[in-house]
Amino acid sequence: MKILVTAKRVTDPDAKIRVKPDGTGIETAGLEYKLNPFCENAVEAAVSLVEQNGGEVVAVTIGDDSATINLRTALAMGAERGIHVKASDTELDSDLTARILAKVYEDEKPDLFILGKQAVDGDSNQVGQLVAEYLGLPQACFASKMELNGDRLQVTREVDGGLETLDLSLPAVVTADLRLNEPRLPTLPNVLKAKRKPVDVKTPADMGVDTTLKVVTVAYEAPKERAGGIKVKTVEELVDKLRNEAKVI
Amino acid sequence: MDAFKDVDFLDLNELLTDEERMVRDSVRRFVSQKFRPHIEEYYRKGIFPAELIPEMGRMGFFGVNMQGYGCAGMSNLAYGLVSLELEAGDAGLRSVVSVQTSLAMYAILAFGSEEQKKRWLPELAAGTKVGCFGLTEPDFGSNPMGMRTKAAKTDAGYVLDGAKMWITNGTMADVAVVWAKLDGRVKGFLVERGTPGFKQIAMHHKLSFRASDTAELAFDGCEIPANAIMPESDGIKSPLSCLTQARFGVAWGALGSAMDCYNTARDYAIERKQFKDRPIASHQLVQAKLAHMLTGITTAQCLTLRVTQLKEEGRARPEHISMMKMYDTEMALDCARIARSILGANGITGEYPIMRHMCNLETTTTYEGTTDIHKLVLGKDITGVQAFY
Repeated sequence: MKILVTAKRVTDPDAKIRVKPDGTGIETAGLEYKLNPFCENAVEAAVSLVEQNGGEVVAVTIGDDSATINLRTALAMGAERGIHVKASDTELDSDLTARILAKVYEDEKPDLFILGKQAVDGDSNQVGQLVAEYLGLPQACFASKMELNGDRLQVTREVDGGLETLDLSLPAVVTADLRLNEPRLPTLPNVLKAKRKPVDVKTPADMGVDTTLKVVTVAYEAPKERAGGIKVKTVEELVDKLRNEAKVI
Repeated sequence: MDAFKDVDFLDLNELLTDEERMVRDSVRRFVSQKFRPHIEEYYRKGIFPAELIPEMGRMGFFGVNMQGYGCAGMSNLAYGLVSLELEAGDAGLRSVVSVQTSLAMYAILAFGSEEQKKRWLPELAAGTKVGCFGLTEPDFGSNPMGMRTKAAKTDAGYVLDGAKMWITNGTMADVAVVWAKLDGRVKGFLVERGTPGFKQIAMHHKLSFRASDTAELAFDGCEIPANAIMPESDGIKSPLSCLTQARFGVAWGALGSAMDCYNTARDYAIERKQFKDRPIASHQLVQAKLAHMLTGITTAQCLTLRVTQLKEEGRARPEHISMMKMYDTEMALDCARIARSILGANGITGEYPIMRHMCNLETTTTYEGTTDIHKLVLGKDITGVQAFY
């Protein structure tokens, strides 16, 4: 089977993010990018399905030159080839991302499309759902378990208070949650092999995708610094503060 | 336990290729998943988890900067990063890789016959076999030329007599690279586990490098076949060239220990409150300590990266490696001691990595050439006069 997976570039989840003084974005000097952890789950799921059933895993990323390393990481984990759609963050919103990915899907015609459930930097959690809608395909989001039964896919989702199991016809769109699997680490020989695997570079314009944005980011702000707590002397003072300052009673 | 985060004051990570970053991240995650959660226990019990060796082999950690025979064939910088990340876990973990790669495998690659290379290198690279390196003796450390271990020619091959001491990987090793005098000339031999007259004896009661296998190798009329000699080895220069390789990894590793100590001390200083509920990080003396540590780490990084570039171009001299090994390990020990002082009493507990790194670094500044000997190597280079005999 042929599986398409996303390899989204995210800012290093362990890095301290600073907003630019003018609020137009974040400081990127010295900042490293990593493969989105949910995409790692997607790649692991795809690679292990292909190891068991044969086929090919194709990884796709959208981003500027710095996204190459994330695509290579997916290739080092076992994807056969990569597609790099060149676009910078300011040129993208969730909708355009979904339309680009839908076009990649149409060009590649895979049996299954697995995405990370969301990117850990933007946290929009929209793309998988939009892709399924644009393609008119069955979708299962936040997969914590996947099992292939012939030409159908059983996906278990973690929902409030329990588990929900869906049975999907293929092709389908699945978004991966953290508990789906334990992503493998790229070994050094596979890092070298990944360097030689083919990557097809294109732009949204090459693909004939309309690049009009529906959502434009207006400003970025860092969260306000939390002020330290104070000790109140009397119950009356506490009640007064709860009523007049915190306005919770 | 939190994942290790490197210290990069000058954005030196920008000098890494994508492949080198991927290697660094893979090793970091390997250490944080498989090793860091258990290191305190290993250290307390004085054990190295030998079961990790095949996993490390599968990851490609052995022979990183070596070509062919199943080795990854990556850059010297990639090898350095592997050493740094492993030692941020523990110097014992890094030493397994240093010894297997730069001492055992390098010796076989540089001085072994084609038959010996084919027999041992792929399995050592895969971590399905373990190698060690026997040069130091009970009475000969800084002066290896004085060695008493002797090889004598017999009809069937050679017979070895003598003892080697402080041998990392010594009890686990399937093959030992052993240096002995044959008619007064130093030669290298490969001795297999189980050879009659060859004993691998664990050394106990160490207060440093506790999560590392250290052994004495004893040879008592140990008969080895004629094809056990490494044909290209000739004179004391042969083992010394292996040490130049290993010191490169030792120096890189020390950066990992130093960074782990610095990170721990900085986080602690920000959290720990004394005097009017203010963090100790607000005290000028604590800030001075942190500034000193960061400057030390950053200076060592610059030195280390430059020597690594030279090594990649084939231009690194043994004296360059001496300076780097001496400086990095002494800087790391300095950082560990200062970090310990910032943590006060908490610094001596196993709850924090500092005392463990500090004890390891007491070894690291002496093994693979003591700081004093490296100074004399540099002294000879500066003046043209040798001060050791």
